[in-house]
Amino acid sequence: MPDFKITTRNFHFYYGKFKALNDISMDIETNRVTALIGPSGCGKSTFLRSLNRMNDIIPDTRVEGSIVLDNQEIYDRNVDVVDLRRRIGMVFQKSNPFPKTILENVAYGLRINGERDKGRIIRRVEQSLRDAALWDEVKDRLDDSAMDLSGGQQQRLCIARALAVQPEVLLMDEPASALDPIATQKIEELIFDLKKMYTIVIVTHNMQQAARVSDYTAFFYLGELVEFGETDQIFTNPAKKKTEDYVTGRFG
Amino acid sequence: MGFSMLGLTTLAVILVLVFILFDIFSKGISVISWEFITDKPRRGMTEGGIWPAIVGTFWVSLVTVFFSVPIGMFTAIYLNEYAVQGRLIRLIRLAIRNLSGVPSIVYGLFGFALFTLMLNLGLSVISSGLTLGLLTLPWTITASEEALKTVPRSYREGALALGATKWQTIRTNVLPYAVPGMLTGTILGLARAAGETAPILFTGVAFFWPILPEFPKLLTRQFMALPYHLFIMSTQHHEIVKVRPLAYGTALVLIVLIVSMNGLAIWIRYHFRKKYKRI
Repeated sequence: MPDFKITTRNFHFYYGKFKALNDISMDIETNRVTALIGPSGCGKSTFLRSLNRMNDIIPDTRVEGSIVLDNQEIYDRNVDVVDLRRRIGMVFQKSNPFPKTILENVAYGLRINGERDKGRIIRRVEQSLRDAALWDEVKDRLDDSAMDLSGGQQQRLCIARALAVQPEVLLMDEPASALDPIATQKIEELIFDLKKMYTIVIVTHNMQQAARVSDYTAFFYLGELVEFGETDQIFTNPAKKKTEDYVTGRFG
Repeated sequence: MGFSMLGLTTLAVILVLVFILFDIFSKGISVISWEFITDKPRRGMTEGGIWPAIVGTFWVSLVTVFFSVPIGMFTAIYLNEYAVQGRLIRLIRLAIRNLSGVPSIVYGLFGFALFTLMLNLGLSVISSGLTLGLLTLPWTITASEEALKTVPRSYREGALALGATKWQTIRTNVLPYAVPGMLTGTILGLARAAGETAPILFTGVAFFWPILPEFPKLLTRQFMALPYHLFIMSTQHHEIVKVRPLAYGTALVLIVLIVSMNGLAIWIRYHFRKKYKRI
């Protein structure tokens, strides 16, 4: 019996009157990579952002149904959103380093969580940068601006920044869509290493990427979860016609 | 044809500005001296300098800043970051924009009624400073809100996603990048306030008040100020022709003061824009 980190049941999401997600039920397995695929506007990013309640900051949105993280209903009234977001880290589509030094970027999450001990901060920054496969490239210039890094390095810096607060789940919203093939490959290798320690959910436009990095794949279309299963099965033997059309590139 | 018309109107505006500046410079520069800056007016204000007016303008501006900056910034933070954007907030914003168009003499009367009489602050530096503070508030709020809007949403989301609270996000990852813009707008507003006559006319400025007491006593006293001194010297003085050069000198000092404040605002904007250019 697999161990599920997040279970979603009959989840609906509304932007005002517009229903962006309809009746989503799926389980996200611990220490596995789950890919969310589908054409633009299908709701995959909305679903990803529902998992750490980032959609809360968008006015006039509403949810129904249930998302449970380790037996805790995350949309429960008494859930501390701040604490939830510490447990579920997020990497955005466009790398968004803060205009601070490399060190301060990675240390940001530690500092806002009240860490004051310099030694501990340095150690954690180093570990996070190592885990994000960036340490060797930046160890001699930690005090340089993060803005001086290349696009691929910036994205790995954002991953390191997310790892520094030691989340349990890592959400990635098209983390490689703005990167060149080499930088993309590095991110993909990184995802493969990171799933030993983290449960990963990744949104991607790139079908080959989903096939390469993920264990499970969920295909979204027009706000519905059309099909969800093991990645091999989704790509080689999809149960639904719609899924087959999409993964074979007939539309999308 | 259309283009040359636009060019001509632009040229006309610039020419008028250049003419005014040239006129004031050429007629005022002859009286500018160390003594003119640092001395008090003498012999029925026909000789001496304008030091008390400079000091008065300085203290009034300081009160203005201490009143207007915190209130303006916190209002902007509330409006832009916390308030639920609805009809009420739109209405409030519209009211604030409109307030920046209210004639300054109306602020003068309002300040007189509120600060001088009702709050019993009398004719004083504090009444005038607060009145000018009200006058600059719409500028400060609007500029601060614009500055907050220029901070990318990705900074806010990035911090929130790391488990920062809303206030932590604003304090550590929004305000630092908005403060230069806020300062720029505030200084521009202050530069306007420093040149205003009507609001201080009702609330504390004096015709002749050469010696200001020590801080903080001076806050409750009347004072001289550059724009009002200029008004007196150019329209009210009994030997108006004789003191004309002094009036031009005062105008020159006032203009230099305001131009340097604007220059400072532009420098701050330029400096920080360069610093955060690669965002």
